[in-house]
Amino acid sequence: MDTTVHHGAMFDTDELVLNMGPQHPSTHGVLRVVLRLDGETVVDVDVVMGYLHRGIEKLSENRNWTQIVLLTDRMDYVAAATSNVGYCETVEKLMGLEVPRRARYVRTILCELQRIASHCLWVGTHAMDIGAMTVFLYAFRERELILDLFEEFCGARLTYNSMRIGGLPLDIPPGWDKKVLEFCRIMEQKVGEYEELLTHNRIWLERTKGIGVISGPDAAALGLCGPTLRGSGVPRDVRKDEPYAAYDEMAFDVPVGTAGDTYDRYLVRMEEFRQSLRIIRQATEGLPEGPIVGKVPRLIKPAAGETYHAIESPKGELGYFIVSDGKSTNPYRFRVRPPSLCNLQGLRRLVKGHLVADVVALIGSIDIVLGEVDR
Amino acid sequence: MADEAHVPKAAPAEGPSEPPPPAETPAPAYLAGLEAAVPGSVTALSYYVGDWTAIVQAEQIVAAATYVRDASDASFDLCSDLTAVDWPLRAERFDVVYCLYSTRLRHRVRLKVRAADGQPVPSVTGVWPGANWFEREVYDMFGIVFDGHPDLRRILMPEDWQGYPQRKDYPLEGPGELLMENPIDWLTLQQAREQADIE
Repeated sequence: MDTTVHHGAMFDTDELVLNMGPQHPSTHGVLRVVLRLDGETVVDVDVVMGYLHRGIEKLSENRNWTQIVLLTDRMDYVAAATSNVGYCETVEKLMGLEVPRRARYVRTILCELQRIASHCLWVGTHAMDIGAMTVFLYAFRERELILDLFEEFCGARLTYNSMRIGGLPLDIPPGWDKKVLEFCRIMEQKVGEYEELLTHNRIWLERTKGIGVISGPDAAALGLCGPTLRGSGVPRDVRKDEPYAAYDEMAFDVPVGTAGDTYDRYLVRMEEFRQSLRIIRQATEGLPEGPIVGKVPRLIKPAAGETYHAIESPKGELGYFIVSDGKSTNPYRFRVRPPSLCNLQGLRRLVKGHLVADVVALIGSIDIVLGEVDR
Repeated sequence: MADEAHVPKAAPAEGPSEPPPPAETPAPAYLAGLEAAVPGSVTALSYYVGDWTAIVQAEQIVAAATYVRDASDASFDLCSDLTAVDWPLRAERFDVVYCLYSTRLRHRVRLKVRAADGQPVPSVTGVWPGANWFEREVYDMFGIVFDGHPDLRRILMPEDWQGYPQRKDYPLEGPGELLMENPIDWLTLQQAREQADIE
């Protein structure tokens, strides 16, 4: 009887190509990641997207300037008001419009509420990807409070259409500012609850520390932005560097990480919860009286010219590059610089050499929304 | 009654409005430095609503990009955005626009390159690795080829897609399913429609 064991044939070391997505719960939408594996280690990765491409840029070039606000809702659908603000500010810059102080304050409050809502969704899904179910339920409970506030402000819960060129469509409802302050009081405690569940959790530390390390200069060269870049220690924040809305009148800190790993990116976003609450309190308590819309022509038709304007969305630098030909009532070229796309580009660099299970942690860590990646 | 749908819109402009900088606004020093370091690279400067734009020769874009990244008074280490604009009536049909930002000095500038249809533009992925997907998107949407790009494939549209959607002559409603399934039939139909329009 031949008992020779052919180790060479039994333990073949071929590389395996594994498709993750587009229908995969941890890809946060319709993202397809093609992994080349050596055993359980990722050798290379190709990111395939475009499943949600609706041609928002092309469509916007065929709609008039006011109608586009509605389209920007559909990009980052978990932070729609931020996209609205970014677009309106770009057109205001192009036309040289002055926005009243009250409108700028309300914009700041809405942007920061959106940041908290977006980070709530992020912390919930990110923790659930790694296996902590509780945080997901907690975070969605608080996100619900923000959606209620938005519903009271503009009637919608997800796609708000909450901005107009030159100001706001509506003033805040009576008593709304008190509810915002009440929400800040609740949220302050809840952030502590999330941190109790995760920050010193042994399993959480094991899964996130030292995973997907990237240095500051590398991250900047790769075009990473937002908390993903700040986790690597680069203090880049559009709110501080190129203030828009009323951020120049607010006192807040920009948290940065040191190690540039998944855990630091987590810590940065947790601290951003607190800083956002700080901004909301200042803006709500110091909310000035006055008009909510500036002097806006009835027909919006900017003179021929072009500009680029960026704001800090919860995901990073959200930029708009708009060209007007000065003749028609629609933009000649409408381009969005989506922060999620830039962060997703860094995924390849981050996952190389890690395990398949870490890919899930890393997709969560860069915080992408596919509606914005594909537009 | 005249059919309003057939009234042509205002004739499209031949190119972008690029107002020259006013005399009282001096250009940043690094733009003069760029002209000195890479002679003949900058063909024009423009200033509008606070944004500086330098129009650069296509062949010299990599040298110019390297200079503005490395010069100590420029240090544009972040390629914030890279996109293109289509001006179909112009001989050099496309503008490729580079929006740059410096994380150290916190200022911005735009570089702009003109390219004819089919003329390749040198890739800046060697200068800013983050430009990789932006250039892929410009290739996907406009059909501009980037020379020296490591991985020039379509990014948002399917790999076998015909045409370049962001071009101005591409219909908003898309080519329809016929183009995807049978491009020859689609072309015949297009020609028949054009013939009918002429008659």
